[in-house]
Amino acid sequence: MLDLKGYGPELLDGAVVTIELAFLSLILALTLGLIGASSKLSGNRLAKAIATFYTTVVRGIPDLVMMLLFYYGGQVMVNMLSDFLWDAYEIDFFFQFDPFISGVVTIGLIFGAYMTETFRGAFLAVETGQIEAARAYGFTRWHTFRRIMFPQMLRHALPGIGNNWQVLLKTTALVSIIGLTDMVRVAEEAAKAERMPFHFFIPVAAVYLILTAGSELFIKWLNKRANVGVVQGG
Amino acid sequence: MPDFIAQWLDQNEIFTAMTIMEYWNGLVNTVQLVFLSLVIGLVFAIPLAILRTSKNPLVSGPVWLYTYLFRGTPLLIQLYIIYYGIAQIPGIQETFWWEIFREPFYPALLAFALNTCAYTTEIIRGAIVSTPAGEIEAAKAYGMNWWLRMRRIVLPSAARRAVQAYSNEVIFMLHSSAIASVVTIVDLTGAARNIYSRFYAPFDAFIFVALLYMALTFILVFAFRKLENHLLRHQRPVGS
Repeated sequence: MLDLKGYGPELLDGAVVTIELAFLSLILALTLGLIGASSKLSGNRLAKAIATFYTTVVRGIPDLVMMLLFYYGGQVMVNMLSDFLWDAYEIDFFFQFDPFISGVVTIGLIFGAYMTETFRGAFLAVETGQIEAARAYGFTRWHTFRRIMFPQMLRHALPGIGNNWQVLLKTTALVSIIGLTDMVRVAEEAAKAERMPFHFFIPVAAVYLILTAGSELFIKWLNKRANVGVVQGG
Repeated sequence: MPDFIAQWLDQNEIFTAMTIMEYWNGLVNTVQLVFLSLVIGLVFAIPLAILRTSKNPLVSGPVWLYTYLFRGTPLLIQLYIIYYGIAQIPGIQETFWWEIFREPFYPALLAFALNTCAYTTEIIRGAIVSTPAGEIEAAKAYGMNWWLRMRRIVLPSAARRAVQAYSNEVIFMLHSSAIASVVTIVDLTGAARNIYSRFYAPFDAFIFVALLYMALTFILVFAFRKLENHLLRHQRPVGS
């Protein structure tokens, strides 16, 4: 059996942190993606411009740089806000900007931009006839979105969401650099202390492999389910 | 010029010639690392992609395993395994390899090249597999042997289909290279981290480096668009 030199429980805790981080970031990314795609497709010029700026900027900057900016910059911002509140209103307000929050915010923001593009393409793939029919039935805009656009869009968005999720999962490893004790961090400390890099990093790599392989199967299953009613050429 | 910019420039103590030089050295390191790993990755990816399309599972299986392992795990872990692991190989410290791998640059280059090679192999494989059957039949009808067919028909046609996905991979590699700074390489991100810790100025240090990365990204996007136009010029509609 694999001897983890007493680091086993810590590694397990780290794995839980990684999974929590990944899921919270996914939720943020999906929300941002929906908002971004809706504003890109809306007639509002300002909303369109903001969404385009967001996706362009995010896709031009490395994830690590953005993470460092949010982590170190976030603390400075909190400090400034805290000073301001104390000076102006004598309110005692302070919190430590921790790596977990900056990790979720950064990964959520980055993948929100990718999700925006995924959702945009998926919304455009819904046939216009469907929307016209909904309008002919007297559906309101919100109703059309909820009952017609959203359910039909999901089928087209699924493969893109799956790809983004796979990349997102691997990006969570970066949060160990800003000091979050996820499994990569624990493995790094253990490897340094015991001078056994292969012994600790290979099991962690295997956990990532299991997570990506598992989600691949799950996404395939979801895809099959979502496309039940679709006749595919071939 | 707006007042606040003038004021900011007046009080500027961070962007002196010294720090600009540091960023410049970082830029040189980043570009070297990314360019070399991409070239090495591409050179090995082409034969590997051909092997990956082989019908013999003993040939395609190992390549599949390689790409699966490297695409399924984070690059950071691959980097750590290579960077910390090489020193642990018994006896390496006595050979000349130690002279090379003692510097962090070469382990990082190895990790990046292996990673991008795995992704590129899959991109090229996808392009080879989707070669229209008619093109291959035509080549066979002309009496081309396997080698000539690969060189003259399959690979050039696959290159056209792969260039779009490959441009994404190149940009992805540029962004991933930021993690080189965690193994003490002073690349662009490493320079920004040093300058941040010297002045405790996160916004100046990291926003400046983010702009540099963005400029590099846009240059790459532009160059690949030119290349794509060049490769696909026979498909342009008549009269445009």
